Amino acid sequence: MSVMSANSSANPAIAVENLVKVYKTGTAVAGISFALQPGTITGLLGGNGAGKTTTIAMIMGLVSPTAGTVSVLGKRMPQDRYQVLHRMNFESPYVEMPHRLTIRQNLDVFARLYGVQNAKARIAQLAQELDLADILDRPAGKLSAGQKTRVSLAKALINNPEVLLLDEPTASLDPDTADWIRGRLEHLRDTQGVTMLIASHNMAEVERLCRRVIIMKKGSIVDDDGPAQLLARYGRSNMEEVFLDVARGTGIAEGA
Amino acid sequence: MNMQNDPAAFSAPLPPIFHPGFSWMRVFAMVRRYWFLLRSSWPRVLDLIYWPTVQMCMWGLLQTYMGQQGGALARVGQAFLGAVMLWDMLFRGQLGFSISFLEEMYSRNLSNLMISPLRPMEFVSSLIIMSLIRLAIGMVPVTILAILFFGFNLWGLGFALAAFFVNLMLTSWTIGIVVSGLLLRNGLGAESMAWSIMFLLLPLTCVYYPVATLPDWLQFVAWCLPPTYVFEGMRALLIDHVFRADLMLEALAINLVLFAGAICAFLAFLRSSREAGSLLAGGE
Repeated sequence: MSVMSANSSANPAIAVENLVKVYKTGTAVAGISFALQPGTITGLLGGNGAGKTTTIAMIMGLVSPTAGTVSVLGKRMPQDRYQVLHRMNFESPYVEMPHRLTIRQNLDVFARLYGVQNAKARIAQLAQELDLADILDRPAGKLSAGQKTRVSLAKALINNPEVLLLDEPTASLDPDTADWIRGRLEHLRDTQGVTMLIASHNMAEVERLCRRVIIMKKGSIVDDDGPAQLLARYGRSNMEEVFLDVARGTGIAEGA
Repeated sequence: MNMQNDPAAFSAPLPPIFHPGFSWMRVFAMVRRYWFLLRSSWPRVLDLIYWPTVQMCMWGLLQTYMGQQGGALARVGQAFLGAVMLWDMLFRGQLGFSISFLEEMYSRNLSNLMISPLRPMEFVSSLIIMSLIRLAIGMVPVTILAILFFGFNLWGLGFALAAFFVNLMLTSWTIGIVVSGLLLRNGLGAESMAWSIMFLLLPLTCVYYPVATLPDWLQFVAWCLPPTYVFEGMRALLIDHVFRADLMLEALAINLVLFAGAICAFLAFLRSSREAGSLLAGGE
């Protein structure tokens, strides 16, 4: 089993070093390190309570680390967050927007908060690209789960971020829409060099999108490699089986 | 799906503008959001006017009754309508601030704001502006009704009203900021504070009676609270026809100290929330 330490590259988009978070209730993150190269998509896997959400929250500056450091695009979080927050964004179906505001109003507010130039055109562009044009003037509280996810993605893309953190980006979506979203994320990576960190429980999604997978358990990184390498090492045919091996502690990696 | 299936349809937009310091654009983005929220619900707009109107009618009628009794009672009664309106300014100012903040917690939107470039002082500024807007919607019609039904013209106080208003607003924002910090740190479990904390000031700031009514030791507490100076000043103006500038200046000085303390407390609560991870919980 290989647990990678911080990547040696000089300019990673996200660099996490010896990161620790201890809450009153226990240790959520127990000294993890990794570095993500610009223009890559990395999967962050782990069962409930593995520390994924806390890790992402520390990368966003939403939670202060107990020890260790996080930097995004060369800026330390949360100390220097205001120098970089306009260059990054976050999408999660579990973070909502005011229900009584229409989608257009919500996106308009976020466009202004992020200093988006020509906000009207940007909203129109996102509405077209994410098939929101027909529902732009509908209150955010009256959307289907799939529509909510697309609106949430539109909010996350409003500032054309260089770093995008995604928490289960295709949760609650039908297979067709989920596939379409994945295609968009790949395209963003390939054409605009967006760096993405995806926390997901959808193993097929991780296999398709991610060139690298970091697996966490009880606050620590227990494996970190490409999907193909993980499959080979665990002797499994898909990532779901690898995930179960790690979660249940039944996996014995060949050559470990 | 009716979406464009060609991922190449994505075109690169312009990069966002970076505002390194305090940005009024972000402040007004938030004001815009609260304005959209307010106007999307007519019962909420009605609620802003309803209770101040009920209060004004009740105290106005009581003042009329006391006026009919004659003597000292009638003289004291003259100040009741002024007291109730100034109290409503104080109470509604804080509530207007806190309700806008609570809206973010109800809609589980705090995380979205906290990872955006919005700075704490911009957030607080937008809440202050919204408290003024909410107060104007609620109080302006009430002051007009007071003129029509009871012949009491609050606007006729002129410069004194401005001095009362500034001091009461500073106190209401100070309390609103501290309550918002508590909500940030403790989630909606602290919501009742937003609705009830101001009532602690009702007896202590001597809204309806002179400070001399309180026991000596409580008078000391009362004089630590800026609204006490305002209500004493209001009685001096309406009953004795004297404008006490000294009281207003003392209130302003205490207000400025308390306001600065509230900002520091808010930033400390925010820092503590980041450490405790309570911003993640989305207000629960």
